[in-house]
Amino acid sequence: MNPEKVVFGFFIVLALTLNFGFYIGEIEDPEHHHAFELFAVILVNLIATVLKFGDRTQMGAVMLATSLVALLQLAAAAAVWAYGAHINEAGLTSAVMVSVVSLAGGAMLANVISVILLIIETVMLRR
Amino acid sequence: MLDNIFFMILRRMRTPLLSLVVVFSIALLGLVLIPGIDGKPLSFFHGLYFVSYMATTIGFGEIPLEFSNAQRLWVIFAIYATVIVWLYAIGSVITLLQDRALQQAFVQRRFARQVGRQRAPFYIVCGYGDTGEVLVRELLERGQHAVVMDAAQERINSLRLQGLPEFVPALLGDSARPANLLKAGLRHPLCAGVAALTSDSEVNLKVAISSKLLHPRIKVLCRADSHEIEANMASFGTDHIIDPYDTFALHLATAMQSPGLYLLRDWLTGVVYSPLNDPIYPPKQGRWVLCGFGRFGKVVYRRLRDEGVEITVIEATPDKTGLPQGSHVTGWGTEAGTLQQAGIETAVGLVAGTDNDVNNLSIIMTARELNPELFIIARQNRQENAELFDAVNADILMRPSQIIANRIRMLLATPMLHQFESLALYQDDEWACELISRITALVQQQVPFVWDLTLDEEAAYAVYHHLHRGGLMTLEDLLRNPRNRDKPLACIPLMLRSRGDQVLLPELKTRLHLGDRLLFCAAEGVKDALQWTLQNGHALSYVVQKSGD
Repeated sequence: MNPEKVVFGFFIVLALTLNFGFYIGEIEDPEHHHAFELFAVILVNLIATVLKFGDRTQMGAVMLATSLVALLQLAAAAAVWAYGAHINEAGLTSAVMVSVVSLAGGAMLANVISVILLIIETVMLRR
Repeated sequence: MLDNIFFMILRRMRTPLLSLVVVFSIALLGLVLIPGIDGKPLSFFHGLYFVSYMATTIGFGEIPLEFSNAQRLWVIFAIYATVIVWLYAIGSVITLLQDRALQQAFVQRRFARQVGRQRAPFYIVCGYGDTGEVLVRELLERGQHAVVMDAAQERINSLRLQGLPEFVPALLGDSARPANLLKAGLRHPLCAGVAALTSDSEVNLKVAISSKLLHPRIKVLCRADSHEIEANMASFGTDHIIDPYDTFALHLATAMQSPGLYLLRDWLTGVVYSPLNDPIYPPKQGRWVLCGFGRFGKVVYRRLRDEGVEITVIEATPDKTGLPQGSHVTGWGTEAGTLQQAGIETAVGLVAGTDNDVNNLSIIMTARELNPELFIIARQNRQENAELFDAVNADILMRPSQIIANRIRMLLATPMLHQFESLALYQDDEWACELISRITALVQQQVPFVWDLTLDEEAAYAVYHHLHRGGLMTLEDLLRNPRNRDKPLACIPLMLRSRGDQVLLPELKTRLHLGDRLLFCAAEGVKDALQWTLQNGHALSYVVQKSGD
């Protein structure tokens, strides 16, 4: 067992599960999507991205790319949220919420790909 | 290469970045949980704003509202924690930039880029010692290009400090490693040759093998100090193997048999525009004293014996070097006693040929006192002693590094001169003396400029098209001054290679053909004048018309 791989796998899967947790619920209802959850998703995604730094393999490069995509989407979601909560005069409307959640949904897709790649890598390692 | 550096940085930045992310998040989390003065905590947006400026600068105040005491308590913790990780991250970046391996990677990357940018044929010179230094300088002065590799940092540094006429990419690395040779551009399409000049024959051998395997068509030139290595190098097709001792012995034999030829060779292969050497006449009758019976001494001994000269050998460690059959004395030769024992008073020549420069100088000084008439051959081992050996004013000075560099430069820059030299060996001394007087008239006091020319489209555009259209042209036409066709240029055609024939000193009436190769020797500036006739159609028709009318 490689302890580095445990931490690595843990954060990648956690990124996906948290992301899923934030995403699930009525898409336009702010009650269903908590800011703390988005915070946790961003934090875990950041950590997962940094963990992928410095892997020279092709697999490592693609995994880093998916993580960067997820981060980009999540940052956009957080920015839209901040816009809705602090700048938009109408406040956190359902229209704003829809874009936040759909951006997070996109990030989730990237995280799913990350996990799939992780599984593929693990399976190939077996042989 | 870029990948390497990139991944190295990313890998090393993992821990600092992770600690930054974690500590920032904790600080932010505290702020969004702790109630403020109005009972509500900061939002993520305001919290992130506050943490961002707090961690990096500390001290914009409490924004957007004044903080509650609970928030302040938390912020005290957050300030220290974020400052510490921030410093740690910056420290890591600085350490990383100072890392030797990373700097080495940067240097190699820059070197690879410089090599990749070469736009003209270049030579890889492995080993930037005395020989490499002389070779690189002379190559550059003749408009050729070089890339240098050496295993010692101080040699690379000295290259940078020498003020060479052109930038020379230099790599710090072991030439024996093929990866380094590849980095130096061995597979570069413009790589014209490799010169292996390190002091270690084994390394030179390895360079020769790698070069021949990885890029079979390029020229490989090697320095070799032992005959076994030489044979090994020759076995896989190394183009030129230069043994300084053998080369010198050949020069010495030429000097004894035909001083004129020796002087001619000396002039034509000398460093361009340096003063011309005077002729020398080594005595053939009488007895020579030879100090040092090592590799150098043995070769010289054999040559002198073949010339029928009587020799007394002085050698300090005969059990290591062995002794010749003839008369010999055991000792250093640096003190009067040994020299007298060897009969220095009645000798005609002295060879100071030990591998120790100080001893050689001492031998010469002592022997001169005992017999001022001696003809002296001095061996100089290290370039740094050049001034001393110049001052001692020996009749023939043997500098291994200079010999190798001269030879390689000739082989690379003017390969025809090499052929000229071998053909000239079959000529008699009178022929050489006549040519010498012609050269003296041409250049007065300086070593002439020797270059070869191929009549092709690139080197002689106008001539090529003139001949291509069926125009006639003789060597005489070519050597007319393009400013005044009644005057010939101060230039001697040494050799013409035309349709498989090689002619020494071709007649001026000789007709030129497409693809002919010529070897010229001329005064300063003549090459530029000739360039007009070669490249410019108007200048060409001006000089050719003379013979047509």
